[in-house]
Amino acid sequence: MTAIRRLLIANRGEIACRVIASAQAMGIETVAVYSDADKNARHVRMADQAVRVGPGPASESYLLSDVILDAARKTESDAIHPGYGFLSENAKFAEAVQKAGMIFIGPSAKAIRSMGSKSASKALMQKAGVPLVPGYHGAKQDNKILSDAAHEISFPVLVKASAGGGGKGMRIVKVADDLNAAIDGAKREALASFGDDRMMIEKYLTKSRHVEVQVFGDQHGNYVHLFERDCSLQRRHQKVIEEAPAPGMTPALRQAMGEAAVNAARAVDYVGAGTVEFLLAGKDFYFIEMNTRLQVEHPVTEAITGQDLVQWQLRVAAGEALPCQQDDLTINGHAFEARLYAEDPDKGYLPQTGTLHHLKFPDDASARIDTGVEPGDSVSVFYDPMIAKIIVHGSDRADALGKLQRALIGTEIGGLETNLDFLLGITETPQFQKSRIDTSWLDRLKAPKGRWRRVQKSTSEATAIAALHVIAKRGNTACLRAARSEDPFSPWFRTDGWHSIDLGHQDVRLSDIADTDAQHLVTATAHPEGGYDFLVDDTPVRAQLLDDGDVVIDDVRFAANVVSINNQITVFIRDLRYVFSFIDPASEGIDNTVTDGDLTAPMPGKITAVFVKAGDKVERGAPLIVLEAMKMEHTITAPAKGQVTEVRYKAGDQVEDGEPLVVFEAS
Amino acid sequence: MTAIRSSIDTKGSAFESNEDAVRALLDDLSEKLARIKQGGGPEAQAKHEARGKLPVRERIRNLVDPGAPFLEFSQFAAYEVYGDDVPAGGIITGIGPVEGVECVIVANDATVKGGTYYPLTVKKHLRAQEIARENNLPCIYLVDSGGAFLPRQDEVFPDKEHFGRIFFNQANMSAAGIPQIAVVMGSCTAGGAYVPAMCDESIIVENQGTIFLGGPPLVKAATGEEVSAEDLGGAAVHSKISGVTDHMARHDLHALQLARRAIRNLNRVKKVNIDLREPVDPLYDPSQLAGIAPVDLRKPFDVREIIARIVDGSEFDEFKKLYGETLVTGFARIHGYPVGIVANNGILFSESALKGAHFIELCAKRKIPLVFLQNIAGFMVGKKYEQGGIAKDGAKMVMAVACANVPKFTVVIGGSFGAGNYSMCGRAYSPRFLWLWPNSRISVMGGEQAANVLATVRADGMKARGKKWTKKDGEAFKAPILEQYEHQGHPYYASARLWDDGIIDPTQTRTVLGLGLSAALNAPIEETTFGIFRM
Repeated sequence: MTAIRRLLIANRGEIACRVIASAQAMGIETVAVYSDADKNARHVRMADQAVRVGPGPASESYLLSDVILDAARKTESDAIHPGYGFLSENAKFAEAVQKAGMIFIGPSAKAIRSMGSKSASKALMQKAGVPLVPGYHGAKQDNKILSDAAHEISFPVLVKASAGGGGKGMRIVKVADDLNAAIDGAKREALASFGDDRMMIEKYLTKSRHVEVQVFGDQHGNYVHLFERDCSLQRRHQKVIEEAPAPGMTPALRQAMGEAAVNAARAVDYVGAGTVEFLLAGKDFYFIEMNTRLQVEHPVTEAITGQDLVQWQLRVAAGEALPCQQDDLTINGHAFEARLYAEDPDKGYLPQTGTLHHLKFPDDASARIDTGVEPGDSVSVFYDPMIAKIIVHGSDRADALGKLQRALIGTEIGGLETNLDFLLGITETPQFQKSRIDTSWLDRLKAPKGRWRRVQKSTSEATAIAALHVIAKRGNTACLRAARSEDPFSPWFRTDGWHSIDLGHQDVRLSDIADTDAQHLVTATAHPEGGYDFLVDDTPVRAQLLDDGDVVIDDVRFAANVVSINNQITVFIRDLRYVFSFIDPASEGIDNTVTDGDLTAPMPGKITAVFVKAGDKVERGAPLIVLEAMKMEHTITAPAKGQVTEVRYKAGDQVEDGEPLVVFEAS
Repeated sequence: MTAIRSSIDTKGSAFESNEDAVRALLDDLSEKLARIKQGGGPEAQAKHEARGKLPVRERIRNLVDPGAPFLEFSQFAAYEVYGDDVPAGGIITGIGPVEGVECVIVANDATVKGGTYYPLTVKKHLRAQEIARENNLPCIYLVDSGGAFLPRQDEVFPDKEHFGRIFFNQANMSAAGIPQIAVVMGSCTAGGAYVPAMCDESIIVENQGTIFLGGPPLVKAATGEEVSAEDLGGAAVHSKISGVTDHMARHDLHALQLARRAIRNLNRVKKVNIDLREPVDPLYDPSQLAGIAPVDLRKPFDVREIIARIVDGSEFDEFKKLYGETLVTGFARIHGYPVGIVANNGILFSESALKGAHFIELCAKRKIPLVFLQNIAGFMVGKKYEQGGIAKDGAKMVMAVACANVPKFTVVIGGSFGAGNYSMCGRAYSPRFLWLWPNSRISVMGGEQAANVLATVRADGMKARGKKWTKKDGEAFKAPILEQYEHQGHPYYASARLWDDGIIDPTQTRTVLGLGLSAALNAPIEETTFGIFRM
């Protein structure tokens, strides 16, 4: 047995943080690696040491096995945890780690290789008696053979590249007539994407579920499974919400799937954590693939089994026997994991980047939050835009679902578009609540995504809270001014809008972004007992901001977080958000003068070049025409984005000063 | 310091009835102000806004720091003075902080007679400039005016304190280092063209502001040239060709932001060389002043009750408490600023005048600002007092008040009559600010005295000519005089003519004084040189 004293985590984000936490709890020193983009990331701050491995792009940092190995050597680490993604399923890396005399936290390179190829793994699984989706995984690739195979399997079938992934080189064929065209298309795509156009054909299972089994093996030939996870809720083959155990699972089926999964692991002498993925259609399950790493969704298994899978990984890697026998493991309650992403579900899940100006998770212990970011951190373009995983555990599915919803409601993010509303919206559908979903349900679902958005048209209550915030900000600005002043107690630093006879009255103008910028005027009169009497448009509202951040609106006290970024204010009330922009005299941001009309010659001279013609659309600053005068070249540029309506001279023309050269219209 | 102990029964009927009376005065004031604040009225406002212009008060609100105070001057200017209604004199003036710098703002209200200058408009403009100059405050002009009101050109144009003085002031203020910024948000015609032209920096709103010495009609009449206002003196002309303006704004809000930016770049630091303390609220609620402000000027009361509701912690270190008791003098703080308070507590005698002169000398030497709480029927008259030299003792106080070079603030809390007005720093003695309470009265003497004096003179004359003069004749003679004094002594009458800087709510006196004191500290407090005190 080799004790691990110092562990390098060859990863970033939440999984690096997750691994560091377990390692630290075991008394193992941790070494993080980071790219320039992650210079001050949470995993870097958490680890005992951190080593720079290159610039932002993963291909120049986290994916460079040599550099990672150097970092491990330099820090005298004795083991490397690859996390998921990046180098986690790279057999060469696993080998290199071992060759360097260090422990790779994961299975052998051989096991990784065996499971890495879809067709090879299926052949292996067939031999081990693991049920496969009916299909053809043969080496012969001419169209006749593929076509015969398809007919034998019976339509609909899935034609997919053996080397494939990510939906590339894959076609669903519903009727025989479409088959040849689909094979040709998929081959072309596969060749272009993977340099390998070998195809396999499988039965296309409609309305199936994705159920996977967590397995573990040690170096002493012991295997257990830690039950299943249901990851059927997917959008475009990406898991969104996972749960354990799988709804509707029977003990018999669980046992059968568990045994199949253990067989799969045994077939490759698997060591460490692995996941065997199945498609489940009714009572039939079929092997899809085995992931030879810790999965993103492992926390739901941890929740229902009470085990720490990272700890298991480290102990097994150090040569210990599995901490539990199969009979020791039981399912306790139900767990969910929701993946919170910086993405816009309304815009094809477009990844979002930027700063997490506001990030608040439920502050009670009812949810486990695995995250790699803290408020003020940013989501960069370089990596997966995951913000956090929200994991809840309840006594049964309904209890856990309730907790999930509360945890989502208790989560606030400002500064970035996220899928938070989308997640909450899903949990409120009857289909999800009754678990009547399959892997393509979410992609089939039409319309409601937009409706799930929690950004609402403003209420007088929300407008009042935003106004309180604006007024508080005015107060802060004045306090800062006062502190810098030689006249710090001056009543001129008051911010209650005092105005001779009509006292304590100030205006806050807000425009409601969710309501096509509808304008709202809040007139605030300071109340002698604290807070303000507002007129929100014409509605009277008594509003007060307390020191602890709570608000009192018409005698009701509650927490309402307000986030202000530049001139945008987001008010979080319960599960809803309101977004305003405000224009204050003190705020900048009104565009400077943009004028149409003529661009004139600054002095007499000769036109030496003309870059545009009438009708050209130009960006601000684009060169339009060059005038030579006093032995200097003067370039006339577009004063704004717009259109050239007329060019009055050509190269070689002599012009007088003040002469209009180009007529321009700003857009 | 010693706290004043109030002996007023705030639950008593006298207090309550006084409070009711003052509240009635304040209600009337608010009602009239509400009308004044409508400027040229809803119709004119709507027309103004339809042109994309902000109402003048909105402009000011968007110019000053958001939520910051605005100390408006002389809201009653021109109230019932002309046959025409000229609310606020068609010009809004006041102090408001811009980027933390207290600035005097002078803003034309184009909804009132096109923003043209009536005689009192000129007076109000000049007074605002005076305030800027005396207190060393930057000045921002929001120009939207058709120039002089031509039908009254004889009262507006030629004299020393007429229209031309605006530019004389601009020049001399500039020479004295007072920054001036103009924002041209509408017309700026004839002499008015010099407002932006004489400023440090000028901003003009495109397609809205115009500046020319002669407008298109005048040009056509003079030379036959036909030209549009925009081509003659629009924003583009002045920002691109003539250079009269320095910044072109897209609209009002943009222009006001540019003005704020200009102030931000002034590089001004307020230097305060005075012993500041953290302010403490008075022990007694200033709102009780409504129950104390003297509505019946004949009823005596202790002015210390008023001081107790104005000064920090109600603490007042009296000077010469036992001497000349009809004048109360002493040191206190208002919003943390040290002040010397001079307050009437009855008619002025020789002793009280001497005490006042002594105390003013102390404050001038120590560079402590002076606050006068004026409620004075006058100096004592009679043989004994004339022989005692009350004239020369009064003169000593007048000398002290006139020459004291510290910031002086006067609040008329009751009557302001006769030579009492002079010795208590009336308008002629150039206090930095002079405010009226709505219960105050100001005239050469009380209406009753004046009527009696005139009736006596008349009766003597009649008797000398052997005419009959009955008591009834006397009453009939006195009635119109009483009425005239009541009318002319009223604070609305006074404030309409700019004998003061505005009527204030007594309960706000502390705030108003605090703002005034802070503004005054923008100018260094100078040494005082007194003249000859006749002994």
